[in-house]
Amino acid sequence: MDKFTTLSSVAAPMPLVNIDTDMIIPKQFLKTIQRSGLGKNLFDEMRYDNDGNEIPDFVLNQPAYRKAQILVAGDNFGCGSSREHAPWALADFGIKAVISTSFADIFYNNCFKNGMLPIVLPPEQVAILMEDARKGENARISIDLEAQTVTSADGQEFTFELDPFKKHCLLNGLDDIGLTLEKVTAIDSFEAQAAQARPWV
Amino acid sequence: MPKTLYDKIWDAHVVHEDADGTCLLYIDRHLVHEVTSPQAFEGLRMTGRKVRAPEKTIAVPDHNVPTTPDREQGIENEESRIQVDALDRNAREFGVHYYPVNDIRQGIVHIVGPEQGWTLPGMTVVCGDSHTATHGAFGALAHGIGTSEVEHVLATQTLIQKKSKNMKVEITGSLAPGVTAKDITLSVIGATGTAGGTGYVIEYCGQAIEELSMEGRMTVCNMAIEGGARAGLIAPDQKTFDYVKGRPHAPKGAQWDAALAWWKTLKSDPDAHWDKVVTLKGEDIAPVVTWGTSPEDVLPITAVVPDPASFSGGKVDAARRALDYMGLTPGQKLTDIEIDTVFIGSCTNGRIEDLRAAAAILKGQKIKPGLRAMVVPGSGLVRAQAEEEGLAQIFIDAGFEWRLAGCSMCLAMNPDQLSPGERCAATSNRNFEGRQGRGGRTHLMSPAMAAAAAITGRLTDIRDVMAQTV
Repeated sequence: MDKFTTLSSVAAPMPLVNIDTDMIIPKQFLKTIQRSGLGKNLFDEMRYDNDGNEIPDFVLNQPAYRKAQILVAGDNFGCGSSREHAPWALADFGIKAVISTSFADIFYNNCFKNGMLPIVLPPEQVAILMEDARKGENARISIDLEAQTVTSADGQEFTFELDPFKKHCLLNGLDDIGLTLEKVTAIDSFEAQAAQARPWV
Repeated sequence: MPKTLYDKIWDAHVVHEDADGTCLLYIDRHLVHEVTSPQAFEGLRMTGRKVRAPEKTIAVPDHNVPTTPDREQGIENEESRIQVDALDRNAREFGVHYYPVNDIRQGIVHIVGPEQGWTLPGMTVVCGDSHTATHGAFGALAHGIGTSEVEHVLATQTLIQKKSKNMKVEITGSLAPGVTAKDITLSVIGATGTAGGTGYVIEYCGQAIEELSMEGRMTVCNMAIEGGARAGLIAPDQKTFDYVKGRPHAPKGAQWDAALAWWKTLKSDPDAHWDKVVTLKGEDIAPVVTWGTSPEDVLPITAVVPDPASFSGGKVDAARRALDYMGLTPGQKLTDIEIDTVFIGSCTNGRIEDLRAAAAILKGQKIKPGLRAMVVPGSGLVRAQAEEEGLAQIFIDAGFEWRLAGCSMCLAMNPDQLSPGERCAATSNRNFEGRQGRGGRTHLMSPAMAAAAAITGRLTDIRDVMAQTV
């Protein structure tokens, strides 16, 4: 997994609340058996018309945002299905961080498995960053994971909360399964005890 | 210290706890379907890892499978076929329990699990599917996970987790006639919003919940995720034990007695701490439908389409966008909304009791001419039982298509889809833009309400239909 340390980028504004995983990657693209290649279908039904042509008004079709690595989004981003195809599609497009007032639980967890940082900030700070995002190339947002800060285009610094374990894994690009398998003796002994206590499982 | 039911199940499954509270949680049952697992099995293959506990892993194809009677001839859509074939190959290669498409036990993973007795009280249950919360109806801690976590559970039989907070949702009193489990769960989401449960595990309790059947409890827990909660659960009681007993994978003999003794302790202590409490009066809950593109867009069927200006914050624009997408006008009566499709099925409402409720309304009736209506049973066994009880014939006589088991038009990954602008009365769980097909418009409701809508061709108050048939 790629490490995440710092990031400075144009941010794409998506103020709509409750952006769900069906919007992020519609189900017809879940038929893949691979993780890669979903970026071209990110936000497919908002991004392309019925004939597959780009809808010029959609934010990621605008020249300023085609290479955005940050999304600033409305409340409750990523609600709905558990599909990890949502962060895969965002990552494949080039998005490395999403900033919102809140995220749906499964989407939030899925981001970290893919080297992507979801950042929760209070509404007034998200509003400032949303304004920056609307300025396109004229306002870059910076993120420092180690310091847990987001810096707006005019230098206002906002601190965000993050679980220390998730931060550690992201900073170092660590694979969860490898870490867990280091505790295999604990799993073995739990399993042995559970087989005694709850043999019907 | 007094504990909630969630606390008790959690504590019984902690393998290891770090100083910062990050836990390794043991997983008793891992359910697998074809959409969210291929990359996980491929990950195992690439790293030379095995499935740690194949005997606790159950695979069944459901999302992509066609539900038309000709599906024995194979899946026409190449991508869907590749995905179902991949599950078949992975299930056999890694030696997990498996119900292939042509097995009568095949069905929606969340219907198959309880039906086969894989889901038991006090268990931890996960699946790469957000509606895993369904299994919480048995007093199991059950939630959806992403594909990386699917791979993690396959390889280690554990999940890295931080504990959620405890939320109590109490439904006091009894439900009025015509009001169902679906109306409870939608009304709760309407009251709390789709993010109201974020960070919490919900325990549903109260007289109205106790009075529900197991099928109804599964409907309630199924949509916990739509309220943002990690999981929803209900304390097991005699109804739970009666449902579980005798199922193929339920414990038997002395093990049954031992299990039952533990299951009876699985309830929240009277003075347990709740981080959040929501209470609704059962008698105040009306038959409801959704009008927008989020499950929180819920109103009693007697209401009118709301004015976006009546909301605040970001919801104003979201509601405006939703009405534009849904083709509705503020002030329009919900009962004046005409539909062209009816879908009865899904992990929310594809169980035998749901089909009974719909058939009770449809008996001796015909669907409105020109309407497309389908019933998709949740499993092959539900389908067989419905045929035995004569329900299938009622649906067919009324003009419904009688389908084979699968997820079908709930998420439209198979050929069952809405066309742009088509409007559907659906018993499923999500009314998101494009959920049932690009440009399709979804109104969520109970099976009886969907059946009533099929007869009249518009959203209909079930109580009016009941008054006529009495």
